[in-house]
Amino acid sequence: MTETTLCLLILTCLFSPASFAELRATGDLGVVIERESGSAIIVNTTRHKTLAKVEGLGDLSHASVVFSRDQRYAYVFGRDGGLSKIDLLQDKVEKRIVQAGNSIGGAISQDGKLIAVSNYTPGGVKIFSADTLEPVADIPARYADGKLSKVVGLTDAPGQRFVFSLWDAGEIWTVDVKNPQKPVIQKYPNIGKEPYDALMAPDGHYYIAGLFGEPGLALLDLWQPEQGVKRILPDYGKHDEKLPVYKMPHLEGWAVAGDYLLAPAIGRHEVLVIDKKSWQLVKAIPVPGQPVFVMARPDARQVWVNFAFPDNNQLLVIDTKDMSLTKLLTPGKGVLHMEFTPRGEQVWVALRDDNQVVVYDTATLEEVSRLPAQKPNGIFFTGRAHRIGL
Amino acid sequence: MTGKLLPLLLVALPAAGGEISAERQQALRDLLKQDCGACHGLTLKGGMGPALLPETLAGKSDDFLADTILNGRPGTAMPPWQPFMNRDEALWLIGILRTKPN
Repeated sequence: MTETTLCLLILTCLFSPASFAELRATGDLGVVIERESGSAIIVNTTRHKTLAKVEGLGDLSHASVVFSRDQRYAYVFGRDGGLSKIDLLQDKVEKRIVQAGNSIGGAISQDGKLIAVSNYTPGGVKIFSADTLEPVADIPARYADGKLSKVVGLTDAPGQRFVFSLWDAGEIWTVDVKNPQKPVIQKYPNIGKEPYDALMAPDGHYYIAGLFGEPGLALLDLWQPEQGVKRILPDYGKHDEKLPVYKMPHLEGWAVAGDYLLAPAIGRHEVLVIDKKSWQLVKAIPVPGQPVFVMARPDARQVWVNFAFPDNNQLLVIDTKDMSLTKLLTPGKGVLHMEFTPRGEQVWVALRDDNQVVVYDTATLEEVSRLPAQKPNGIFFTGRAHRIGL
Repeated sequence: MTGKLLPLLLVALPAAGGEISAERQQALRDLLKQDCGACHGLTLKGGMGPALLPETLAGKSDDFLADTILNGRPGTAMPPWQPFMNRDEALWLIGILRTKPN
C-alpha cells in the first residue's frame, strides 16, 4: 500500500457517510407545509423524494415561506405568529419565535439580512435579523383614531424596502430599511377599501393590491412613487352583484405574459387579463369558480389557476398565446396551492384532502408522480430565494 | 374519480330534516376545520374573520349566529353558507363551537 493510497483511505473514512449524513445541495429542494400537524416536509424536486419531516412549527392553517439567499434556510410564517427558521441541511428547526398573536405572511429583504412579518394581531409589521431572529424594528400599522390595521400583501422591493397594505385602513406603506434601526416609512392613504393581498412585479417595478371592499386594484409605481397610488379597473364589475367568496384569492406571484397581467377577479368567476402598458382590461376569461392562485409557468406560456371552495377539486391551464383554455384537470380534493420547478417543466400541486402532492409534466399535462403529505396547503421551492417579491 | 368526489357532494347537499347522520356530521366538521378555518383559523382563534371560540360567541344568540352563517354578513368578507348546509346543520355547528373549539 502506497502512502497516497493510505492517505486516500483515511480521507475516505473521515468523510464517509458515517460522519456526514448526506452531502446535499439545496438548489432543487423545497418545503411542503402540512397545515394540521404543524409540520413541513423537505422535498427534492429532481428526485421527487421526501427527505425529511420537520415538526413543531405551530398553527400552519395559513402559512408561507421565504428562503435565505444561500438557500440553506427556510423561514416559515405561521398563522399563530410563529416564525420558524428551518435548516435544510440538517432537517431541523434552527430557531423559532412567536412574534405576534396572529400573522399572515412575510418577506426577506433584498440583501437577505432582514425578515419582515405582517401581522393581524397586533396589526403591523415586525422586522427581525435573518441570522438570529432577534427583533430589529416594530412598525405598528396605526391609522385613524390610533387603531391598528391588519396588514396584508407584504413583499420585498428593490432599494432594501418592504411594501405592504393595510386591510382596515385602505393604505399602502413602503418602508426603507437601509438603516434598520431607523426605518423610513412612506404612507399612501385612500388607496381603496379593504386591500386583501398584493403582488410585486418580478422586476420590482410595480406593486399592486387587490381590493375586496370596492372595485379595482391599487397600483404603486415604485420607479415613480411620488406619483402616488392609482386605481386600475375602477369600474370593473361595479354594477353587478358579487358572487360569494369562500376563500380570498392570493396574488402572490405575478402572472405576466408579454404585455399582459393575469389576475384573479374577486366575487366573479373570471381571470382578468390586463394590459400592463395602459392598465386597461383586455379580457375577462370565464373560469369554473372563484380563482385563488393565478400563477404563470416561469416561461409564462401557461397560467395555472386553482379555485375556492366548492370548486377546489379543479385546476385550470390557460394558454397565454391566445388566452384559450388548454385543459381543466381534476387532480383530487382540496387543490390548495401549486409551485413550478425553477424552469417550469413540472408543477407540484398540494391536495389537502387527499393527503398528497401531485406532480405534473407541464408540457404533456400528464401526472408524473404523487408523494404523500399530511394535509398539504403550501409548496415552496428554494428557487424563490433569488426572485424579487417572493 | 367518482369515489374521490363523493365527500364533496356530501358537503354540497344539505340533509333534508333535523336528523344529522354521522357521515354528515363528519363532513360538517371537516367544513368547519378547512373552509371556515381558512378565515377564522384552524384553531378558530381568528384570522381575516373573528375568533369563534366559546367565549367570543358567549353573548351572541343561536339565531343571530345561524343567520350569519347561512346568509353571510353583507359588507364584510363573510359569505353565505346556505348553499352548503341547512339551518339545523348551522345550529348543530354552533353547538359544536359553543362547547369545544376544535
